[in-house]
Amino acid sequence: MAEPLLSIRDLHVSYGNIKAVRGISLDVEEGQIVTLIGANGAGKSTTLRAISGLVRPSAGSVVFRGMELSKLAPHRVVEAGIAHVPEGRGIFANLTVYENLKLATYSRKDRDRIPADEERVFALFPRLKERLSQMAGTLSGGEQQMLAVARALMTRGRIMLLDEPSMGLSPILVQEIFKVIAEINEAGTTILLVEQNANMALKVAHHGYVLQTGEIVLAGAAEDLASDPRVREAYLGG
Amino acid sequence: MAVILQQTLNGLQLGSVYALIALGYTMVYGILRLINFAHGDIFMIACYIGFFASGAFLARHLPTWAVFASTLLTSMVLTALLAMLIERSAYKPLRYAPRVSAVITALGVGLFLEHFTLATLGPAPRAIPPLLPAANYNMGGLTISSLQLMIIVISIILMLLLDTVVQKTMTGMAMRAISFDKTVVPLMGVPVDRIISLTFAIGSAVAAAGGILYSQAYPIINPYMGVRIGWWAFIAAVVGGIGNIRGAMLGGYILGFVEVFTPTILPSSTYRDFVAFTILLAVLIVRPTGILGRVAAQKV
Repeated sequence: MAEPLLSIRDLHVSYGNIKAVRGISLDVEEGQIVTLIGANGAGKSTTLRAISGLVRPSAGSVVFRGMELSKLAPHRVVEAGIAHVPEGRGIFANLTVYENLKLATYSRKDRDRIPADEERVFALFPRLKERLSQMAGTLSGGEQQMLAVARALMTRGRIMLLDEPSMGLSPILVQEIFKVIAEINEAGTTILLVEQNANMALKVAHHGYVLQTGEIVLAGAAEDLASDPRVREAYLGG
Repeated sequence: MAVILQQTLNGLQLGSVYALIALGYTMVYGILRLINFAHGDIFMIACYIGFFASGAFLARHLPTWAVFASTLLTSMVLTALLAMLIERSAYKPLRYAPRVSAVITALGVGLFLEHFTLATLGPAPRAIPPLLPAANYNMGGLTISSLQLMIIVISIILMLLLDTVVQKTMTGMAMRAISFDKTVVPLMGVPVDRIISLTFAIGSAVAAAGGILYSQAYPIINPYMGVRIGWWAFIAAVVGGIGNIRGAMLGGYILGFVEVFTPTILPSSTYRDFVAFTILLAVLIVRPTGILGRVAAQKV
């Protein structure tokens, strides 16, 4: 079997005295959707933030395409090919929609490929195309989430980290965002998805990990997890 | 009438300089939420660099316009480097410290610059030689000096340039994004530290240009000159709306007019600080975010 695209070994992250992540190991195979599910405070977001370099792990390694990421500055991690859609979307409300997309190409060397990527993003999110010159802060919650994903696509990462993309969205919009996630994956981007909506996440994912108080308690194929009684009881409402 | 027009022109000249300095306060505040109280003293250093640079270039018998241009550029570049050094050594280590620590540090850096200049160059005022042509034109009782026009025109060109950088370039976009939410910007592949460094450099280079232009109208420089002018530019930035580039420009011109019209309306020019601070307080009471400042955007 080929080397996984992203591989985390024995990752520990602490905020002061609080140990948020205690020795997580996980692999993300190229082309897959891998999901990290678990309750609030289980350490899901912290894991993503450690991959991106937004927090420094106290121990462990994050290897992406053979490169150790855990010592890199966050903007270098993006350059290495990791796109991160943060929790709460993190769009720049004081910039236009187009400026939000353009800023995401800041460190790209392949500038001649940007127009094609723009076209791809507009095809995926036609509503954003209609609102390019609008301030991003005037978008609806669903549109802001679309913009956050579109922006991550513009960094042209090989893998996209998605942190709670369904948060605060209506059921119809949740369906829509998961449809987009599947489309992006089919087009070749590997995805590491953090979700509280375990039901939806396990439907779209190939592989899953269940996190509890900073540790992985279960792992397996997404469909096996979805039918596992322990997962059903704890995260899928029985 | 002629007096009013004359004073309007003087107000535009002085206001241009205040606007150029106010930009540095507002840009740094915009991205770091830090009032860089050393900024007025950086302006003073820029004037001293101008003093030595103009002396060196004059000694080479260059044409006056070339001396002016090279003095302006030298001062802008060296002042930008100094500001980057200050940011790296004094402010960057405090990036995650409480804001008040950084503000106290800024005050300290300002005092350091003043007393370093005093200790090394002495308290004696020096005069920067005139480098711009000073022809006077008479138009119906109104005296327009070419110097005045040059100061106003060069300032406006610099402000338009800066506005273009902030509105149109990738660096400007990154600056505006950082001012909204610094934590997400690195996820866009943007090196935040470099953008912050650049912001200090650009803000200080613009203040340096203000210093060289100012010294052509008011050639006497001394180690404490940055204090009053710094405060005035700071008031300009706050009145216009701190964090807002166009607000700083507007505030600069308002303060320029306050300075020149105070002696026309009130008995003496010594009232000018009183008037300026009164305007500051009035604006803060009526519109705490300044004239063009927006109420802090709600983050969802």
